[in-house]
Amino acid sequence: MNVEKKEKEALFSIKNRKLLINPLHKDNPITIQVLGVCSALAVTAKMKPAFVMTLSVMAVVAVANVLISIMRNGIPPRIRIIVQLVVIAALVILVDQVLKAFVFDISKQLSVFVGLIITNCILMGRLEAFAMANKPWPAFLDGLGNGFGYGWILIVVSFFRELLGSGTVWDYPIMENLGVYNFGYKNNGLMILPPMALILIGIIIWVQKSKDKSLIEEK
Amino acid sequence: MYSNFYIFRYASVMVIIVAAVLSSAAMFLKPYQERNEAIEKMKGILASAKIDATTENTIELYEKNVNEEIVINNVGDIVSIYKNGNFESGEIRAFNLDLKKELYKKSKGLEFNIPLLVSELNGEKIYIIPLRGTGLWGPIWGNIAVQDNFSTVIGVTFGHKGETPGLGAEIDTKDFQSQFVGKEIFEDGKFQSISVVKGGIVNLPENMKIHGVDAISGGTITSNAVTEMLANCLENYVPFITKNN
Repeated sequence: MNVEKKEKEALFSIKNRKLLINPLHKDNPITIQVLGVCSALAVTAKMKPAFVMTLSVMAVVAVANVLISIMRNGIPPRIRIIVQLVVIAALVILVDQVLKAFVFDISKQLSVFVGLIITNCILMGRLEAFAMANKPWPAFLDGLGNGFGYGWILIVVSFFRELLGSGTVWDYPIMENLGVYNFGYKNNGLMILPPMALILIGIIIWVQKSKDKSLIEEK
Repeated sequence: MYSNFYIFRYASVMVIIVAAVLSSAAMFLKPYQERNEAIEKMKGILASAKIDATTENTIELYEKNVNEEIVINNVGDIVSIYKNGNFESGEIRAFNLDLKKELYKKSKGLEFNIPLLVSELNGEKIYIIPLRGTGLWGPIWGNIAVQDNFSTVIGVTFGHKGETPGLGAEIDTKDFQSQFVGKEIFEDGKFQSISVVKGGIVNLPENMKIHGVDAISGGTITSNAVTEMLANCLENYVPFITKNN
């Protein structure tokens, strides 16, 4: 206990704030670390599932980070990946069961996405790289930050895919209400397909790196 | 360094804790989940008969509107009738019949039962037939409501476990389902079913257009699965319909 107190720092010290903010831009899991791209392609055809996916990933990665951080001194290194995977899988199943019991409608919309969180590389990445070596509170912030860093990309990508692919935003038929169909405008079916998500993420990376040259790796 | 014994002990304790947490969560949440599933099933049945229900009033509306549940066997005889909350004959409720198991029996060439629900729309008797089939990634299901000639479609609903969002998953949208309204299952008393046609029904011969709807672009396998589900489920009723006409 005493040792803990000596090292105690403010809950939102600069270091801790960085844990929360860095993953949004400089250390973004999708655009900089290029992790979790697989699910970013799969769940971004519409905004609603992308949003709930964001929330679910944030919850799971934050809680998993805390749990692994608490357990970190007891985990035998040789089976640490298995331990991490078990923690993630257990949490994801729990989230899925709770959604099914209490918010059935949302759970139905998400269908397989919730289960897909298990295979999200960001989770394993954070547990292995951060939670295994840090205290629970920073681990929690790191989890939230990375969850949201993943999530905002999803939301931006799904906004454009839904707008251009289905002509809606959050299921609201904006294109129809603007009356653009009368001028011969058509929804772009290509936007619904996964390749366009990849291209959109590419565009985001391009914009991000051209705004902030320090992100460009040297050859 | 950790000994092997420690590793085994650690792993065993961990999986026991996780198993305990998950199974108690599953046990605790099961009644809620089952209730949700029953409500969802009722909602689908009501929706195919053009009755909009919210999660709160579904059970009430179901009891009010679906006044008869009939179970039929594969040769067209009535096995049981459940009417207004009581069994008139037999002892199987069509609502509780597990269509998945019955269709499995069918695929094995065994005897099987099928459900038929009776309701009313604008004072006329209508039939609701539950459907079940296999999609691209998992099961798909639905309900089809027909007039009492067993041919003209009043409405359909489809649901799926995990079809591709934006593609196959579009089968549960109103846009797709509204295409079925007014289509015919029979052609001059001959079973035709309804097909989901890739490339659209514009390519069909004129007399077949009444038996087809447009498929979903990018969702060909799911579209075909819907066609197959309709044929596989509806054909079971043919013996019953011929016996009763």
